Amino acid sequence: MTRIGIVAEQPGENRVAATPLTVEKIRGLGYDVVVEAGAGGHAALPDDAYRDVGAAVVDTAEAWAADIVLKVNAPTPAEIERLADGATVIALLSPALRPELLEALATRGITALAMDAVPRISRAQSMDVLSSMANISGYRAVVEAANEFGRFFTGQVTAAGKVPPAKVLVAGAGVAGLAAIGAASSLGAVVRATDPRPEVADQVRSIGGTYLPVDVEVEESKDGYAKATSEAYDRRAAEIYSEQAADVDIVITTALIPGRPAPRLITAADVATMKPGSVIVDMAAGQGGNVEGSVAGERVVTAGGVVILGYTDLAGRLPTQASQLYGTNLLNLLKLVTPEKDGQLTLDFDDVVQRAVTVVRDGEITWPPPPVPVSAASTARPDAAPAAPAKERRTLSTGAKSALIAVGIAALFAVCAFAPAPLPQHFLVLTLSIVVGFYVIGNVAHALHTPLMSVTNAISGIIVVGAMVQITVPFLLTQVLAAAAVLLASINVFGGFAVTRRMLAMFTKGDAR
Amino acid sequence: MTAAYVVVPTVAVMVAGAAYIVAALLFILSLAGLSKHDTSRRGVVYGMTGMAIALVATVWLVADDAWGQPGAALGLTLLVVAVLIGGAIGLWRARVVEMTAMPQLIALFHSFVGLAAVLVGWNGAASEFAVSPDLVGIHRAEVFIGVFIGAVTFTGSIVAYLKLSARISSRPLVLPGKNVLNVGALVLFVALTVWYVITPALWLLVVVTVLALALGWHLVASIGGGDMPVVVSMLNSYSGWAAAAAGFLLDNDLLIVTGALVGSSGAYLSYIMCRAMNRSFLSVIAGGFGIEAPRADGEDAQGEHREIDAASAAELLAGASSVVITPGYGMAVAQAQYPVAELAQRLRERGIDVRFGIHPVAGRLPGHMNVLLAEAKVPYDIVLEMDEINDDLASTDVVLVIGANDTVNPAAAEDPGSPIAGMPVLRVWEAANVIVFKRSMASGYAGVPNPLFFRDNAQMLFGDAKARVEDILREL
Repeated sequence: MTRIGIVAEQPGENRVAATPLTVEKIRGLGYDVVVEAGAGGHAALPDDAYRDVGAAVVDTAEAWAADIVLKVNAPTPAEIERLADGATVIALLSPALRPELLEALATRGITALAMDAVPRISRAQSMDVLSSMANISGYRAVVEAANEFGRFFTGQVTAAGKVPPAKVLVAGAGVAGLAAIGAASSLGAVVRATDPRPEVADQVRSIGGTYLPVDVEVEESKDGYAKATSEAYDRRAAEIYSEQAADVDIVITTALIPGRPAPRLITAADVATMKPGSVIVDMAAGQGGNVEGSVAGERVVTAGGVVILGYTDLAGRLPTQASQLYGTNLLNLLKLVTPEKDGQLTLDFDDVVQRAVTVVRDGEITWPPPPVPVSAASTARPDAAPAAPAKERRTLSTGAKSALIAVGIAALFAVCAFAPAPLPQHFLVLTLSIVVGFYVIGNVAHALHTPLMSVTNAISGIIVVGAMVQITVPFLLTQVLAAAAVLLASINVFGGFAVTRRMLAMFTKGDAR
Repeated sequence: MTAAYVVVPTVAVMVAGAAYIVAALLFILSLAGLSKHDTSRRGVVYGMTGMAIALVATVWLVADDAWGQPGAALGLTLLVVAVLIGGAIGLWRARVVEMTAMPQLIALFHSFVGLAAVLVGWNGAASEFAVSPDLVGIHRAEVFIGVFIGAVTFTGSIVAYLKLSARISSRPLVLPGKNVLNVGALVLFVALTVWYVITPALWLLVVVTVLALALGWHLVASIGGGDMPVVVSMLNSYSGWAAAAAGFLLDNDLLIVTGALVGSSGAYLSYIMCRAMNRSFLSVIAGGFGIEAPRADGEDAQGEHREIDAASAAELLAGASSVVITPGYGMAVAQAQYPVAELAQRLRERGIDVRFGIHPVAGRLPGHMNVLLAEAKVPYDIVLEMDEINDDLASTDVVLVIGANDTVNPAAAEDPGSPIAGMPVLRVWEAANVIVFKRSMASGYAGVPNPLFFRDNAQMLFGDAKARVEDILREL
């Protein structure tokens, strides 16, 4: 039976790769689980809790000797030494930034799955660690800022005087940014947000923020991440940041561009214009920082009294929550690679998710994977959405259409030119009515299709007029038939209008209730 | 009576002519008003006014024309009695009909127009003696066309009614060589018409009536239940053409105008719906267009679905900030519109953004879902069309799929080999969570397996939609 080892992280990392909850489910996939003693200690997950769900608590060496090792952070060189040959390690490996790590793993014949290489497609959302951690980080960033900030977030009018609400600027409305916007606005702050992707404006609004658009042409992203943007945009954005810095109390920056240093959004001059006591949380400090003067992992106070937090372990500062979400992401990945639930990890390279996360397979580096088109990117036009319809609708060529129209008009002309007296007049009436009928309902609201149909049904009961003029013909049979027709058509006329009225009476607008 | 009779127009004839023009105009205004919510009620009033004017003018015309002639008293009595009885039946049906049974009722109403058109056509044949000799050939052709369209509408609507009210199976009937049968019937009709124009005989009229009745039956019988919205709309159009044909026969412009209005607007409505289902318009008119989707590759979308119970679903909803509900025919079947509306209201009171996403062909009648939701007092401004809501689904926390299947099938967008490939669908699978209310794992009307159920973000809530929604309400 394949054995999975949950190992303790290096000091300073409070998260753990599996919680008792996920361990139980991993065992359900047919794996045997061992946990290094004290692995969950910093996340308030005692060893006994793991024992209760059937995992064995073992020493460091035994945990590392497992067939599959689950970890949060990438293993250090010393830890790689401890891995068994041919073992599998699953962790956050940053494959793009750390080729030497991949080398080291490859020389040991190891298989490595990078949780941070999960492609951003709908199917893989349940394994997307970057999203789940960013969500926690965004929340924690607000909490850290609130901790440093000397005032309320929410505005209040109290007996002791009026308190204005804090103003928060969130730069970048990705997962972390949105989490920060949500947390700050639920604390009562006035929240503004910037993002190069105008399509996120609705998402910002939906969680209580105000979107500050940068009125410069931008391309829509194709892979779900924001792209490095044009110069004109940068110039206009810089102006916005300068204006906002002078106005807001708290700035939270989340701007990251994959594989590149973080963009510089807030300059030292901007920071200098901020009020003393203001707080900046630079969530990109680890990638070079969005804010000039931020230091990765440090709290800095500027000469102007502005606090700049460059913490890189924001998710780890909520260790229990982060462990739970990371553990669930890992569990979902294990589910994917254990299709038979038999405790056998099998990698299927035809599956884009499995292909993307596998950065080393049996000692061979398989990074980077072939690119995956992503569904998180918004499609340019809604009607272009269905991918490659199998059957193209057959459309007539322009020539054939013109020919048909010409034939139709010629036929109409022939009928009207040669038919005896009342017929041409009838055709005139008919054709005009057809055209009117087409145009008059051209823009009918979909919701009104049923009432429209029932009213046209009532109107088509007009055939009652035809039956009426026949009813006085002095033949009994004709009269009876006509009476039957009048009766049937009357049902239509009265029933159709009545039922339409009944339906329309039910359609009410929200504010009219 | 008809123009052929009257040499010097009487007052009644002139007044009726004017009244008919006014009535026609009012009908146009009525249809125009019906295309927007704000003006829809006014539209119905226009229609009713137009109809009242037309009826009063006609009654006067008939009375004035027939006064003192034999049979007048009997005719007028019959007229009044028939209108009273018909009107009473119509009002009664309209009052008691369940909103979920609206498709059946409208289909049944269409059949009445069809049958009335057949009767008018037969009467037209009987009054051939009154037609001037140079027009008699045209008159005979008009009789045949009117009877034919009327009879096709009649049986077609009857079959649609039976299918919609589940009195007969809604599976498509597949006769061998069905297209040959349809085309053959049309060719035969043309031949019979020519024959009748040359030598009128009663048996020819009977044959063409039977032929048209059979054709109408076959056309609709070979269409599956899932495509009924288009069929009902198409029959609506046919009933208009039947009235227009009667107008030619009786030399009555009002009938032509009104029939053509209904006919062309119904055809256009069907066209809109065909586009929404990615079907060819021509193949709808030809009938049997839905049978290309057999349960062939039912095995490829297998996987494991996850179940959820009402308590967890309630928890998920309470924690969401945006919810989209996409109802389908299953909601109508389970009569779940009231609990669903209450659910929406309760969630809205908690500050959750609740909206409805309606697929153009959800239900068995175009706009069927809108009517049901309106009945349950869901404000229409949170009921959105597919195109309005599709791009928002990706940022939605929870989507509730209530009794819908094919309209939310990802295979339509992603699997080019699927029988419903290319049909626009609600992209519910892009949302963070999808809860599917369903009675079992069976396929939808198109018989296509739905890979949505096996998605990681989809969970199944099995059971009767109404009972399950009520369970969730209790948990909330």
